[in-house]
Amino acid sequence: MGKNRDSGKDAGREKLGAQEHGHHELGFWRKYVFSTDHKVIGIQYAITGLMFLLFGFCLMMLMRWQLAYPEQPIPLIGGLLGDLRAPGGVMLPEFYNQLGAMHGTIMVFLGVVPLAVGGFGNFVLPLQVGAPDMAFPKLNMFSYWSLFCGGMIMFASFFMPGGAAQSGWTSYAPLANIAPTGQTAWLIGMIFLITSSLLGSVNFIVTAIQLRAKGLTFMRLPFFCWAQLITAFLLLLAFPPLEAAGVLQLMDRVAGTSFFMPSGLVVSGEVVQGAGQGSPLLWQHLFWFLAHPEVYVLILPAMGIVAEIVANNTRKPLWGYKAMVYSVMFLAFMSFIVWAHHMFMTGMGTTMAAFFQTTTMIISIPSVVILACLFLSLWGGSIRFNTPMLFALAFLPMFGIGGLTGLPLGLTATDIHLHDTYYVIGHFHYVVAPGTIFALFAGVYYWFPKATGRKMSEFLGKLHFWPSLIFMNVIFMPMFVQGLAGVSRRLYDGGQVYAHAGPVLGLNKMMSFGAWGLAIAQIPFIINFFMSIRMGEKASDNPWDATTLEWVAPSPPPHGNFLTEPVVYRGAYDYSVPGESRDFVPQNQPTEA
Amino acid sequence: MDIPYVDAPRADTGLTNGKLGIWLFLASEVMLFGALFATYIILRTGSIDWPLGRDILNVPMATLNTIVLISSSVTMVMAWASLMRKDLGKFRLFMGLTVMFGFGFLIIKYFEYSAKLHHGLLPSTNNFLAIYFTLTGLHAIHVIGGMAVNAYLWGPGAKLWKTRPEWFTNRVEYAGLFWHFVDLVWIFLFPILYLL
Repeated sequence: MGKNRDSGKDAGREKLGAQEHGHHELGFWRKYVFSTDHKVIGIQYAITGLMFLLFGFCLMMLMRWQLAYPEQPIPLIGGLLGDLRAPGGVMLPEFYNQLGAMHGTIMVFLGVVPLAVGGFGNFVLPLQVGAPDMAFPKLNMFSYWSLFCGGMIMFASFFMPGGAAQSGWTSYAPLANIAPTGQTAWLIGMIFLITSSLLGSVNFIVTAIQLRAKGLTFMRLPFFCWAQLITAFLLLLAFPPLEAAGVLQLMDRVAGTSFFMPSGLVVSGEVVQGAGQGSPLLWQHLFWFLAHPEVYVLILPAMGIVAEIVANNTRKPLWGYKAMVYSVMFLAFMSFIVWAHHMFMTGMGTTMAAFFQTTTMIISIPSVVILACLFLSLWGGSIRFNTPMLFALAFLPMFGIGGLTGLPLGLTATDIHLHDTYYVIGHFHYVVAPGTIFALFAGVYYWFPKATGRKMSEFLGKLHFWPSLIFMNVIFMPMFVQGLAGVSRRLYDGGQVYAHAGPVLGLNKMMSFGAWGLAIAQIPFIINFFMSIRMGEKASDNPWDATTLEWVAPSPPPHGNFLTEPVVYRGAYDYSVPGESRDFVPQNQPTEA
Repeated sequence: MDIPYVDAPRADTGLTNGKLGIWLFLASEVMLFGALFATYIILRTGSIDWPLGRDILNVPMATLNTIVLISSSVTMVMAWASLMRKDLGKFRLFMGLTVMFGFGFLIIKYFEYSAKLHHGLLPSTNNFLAIYFTLTGLHAIHVIGGMAVNAYLWGPGAKLWKTRPEWFTNRVEYAGLFWHFVDLVWIFLFPILYLL
């Protein structure tokens, strides 16, 4: 990054720097490592997120071997895992549980959220609102490094005695209370990650509300900004209860308290000593009070990215922009009162279940409104099928499948059968993997020219897209079949010992080959990403002929972002305005009097 | 371009960045302590032998601590008001007092804690003591955090007064909002743990 600026731009930047900041070029450490520039921090977040996505994916590929070929040594790397994890290359159940718990934790808290919120939010949001930086640049740096510490603690926990956390990404008590030391590391890591998110969300909200350019009213904000703003509110208000829960579980583990320990708990034939009278269900309530809004933290930025790309590549205004904005607000509000639909099977009363079932059905309405608006935006457009648009288009049906398969889980009667089966795994992976992650890929391809000044290769992009789309469905569609057959999601051997799983066991091999195929399909992306930084086709400041403010800034934007302070005269999606000479009108183009 | 709305509020929102930021942060703190208060209620209502706080804890000491913390809130306001009257000397005095009251609170708390531990009343003894130590411990961490900010503004942070007095005054106001919040949390903790 920054290697390819032309000399004219460079001179302008130095002039700007000298006039506005009164300092010279910063040294390497301040510029690229401990930077306070939102663009550098955004890229740091994005790279960290991508690395953890890859790492979390590798954990899952190990699990997929175990599910497809239980009791057989893992080829190639099986011997490297050590006797504590896989003696003779055959995976131990404890290690399988570690992989499962850490795959979930890493993908959600260290992969998708850092990339979607930390990466895209940091890089794009200040540019789209026309701000010189985030409102609190130093706090922004601190947020990133807090995330980094949390990530390192999570990673290091694999090497602790007894291994990493192994009680699922939900860390249900009392199982997690009595788990090995890795669980303590998980809790401490989570506290770092939560702190990072909290400070980040304060920063995002203040930036979006306070640093909007002149003329950029709320209803002229690009939908991406709305999505990030609302996401930040979710993080701000939903994460603290999990922080509280984390502190309580830490106290249980370290100080011997019994917040989540019931009386007379028997472990390995012995009654656990302690005060007792704690409430294991309390953990679930506190956890899901975060983790349901967290679902929307995962999906809203993705919807924001897709909205930008759909409008840009259909060359049309978004259909129902205002309906989408109000829907996203309503969605956020409702997301705080649906959490117990994850807990229908815990024995709570039918009145409570009926309440949470009703709110769950209601929350599907705004999701459908947003998705319908995005679909309708395609109508009558002259669509450009470039790589970002392909990923964005694939997001729509994939998220649709994920969303619709969620309805039977939200209804108490059908949930009795489907709860804790592979159906659940299929459902939320459709939302997050071919849903959110596809949107994130779309965003990477779309904003790569802004970050580097060069475009990514279209050929390699399509080589990445089509196999990924196919393999995603090969992996996740059979999960619905297995789940409907009643296969539990938590079995170390994939269900070999259960007769009812027999007819659908063969699907495990198919899904596993799908997963390894998906890994191969990511190779073009990795090559494309690194090659294009240096060798990609040079991009202009506005390579996609887009309307929003980030494309007014130079590519890559200098420190301080804009050469002149932008002023906004119109809404975010003035595409194909009748009577205009071009098929797009940038937000900063003055209206003719 | 420098970041705007640091020392003067934005016209259409009527807020400076820091003011909005600190209120948002406090909103998240409300959720943090709210979850812990909810935990207290659930544990207590589900318990068969919940001890009364006043039988175990030292109510006079906690009352004294309440007075200390409320006094520190008063001096915090005086510190900010002194800056509004352009009197840095008075600010130093009142801010110094605020930090001292913070120390006073922690010292009293230390004696309380050590008396409990001395009598073998540990967090693991029962759920009342567990939530007592967790809530007051977390509150004490907030007190320490607030004191660190206040001490910074009293000492090296006050240099900003010479170059950008409005900005500095705003910072003191934000620190004050946090400090009042910490005080407010104690006002809730005191009755539910010690009296009810």
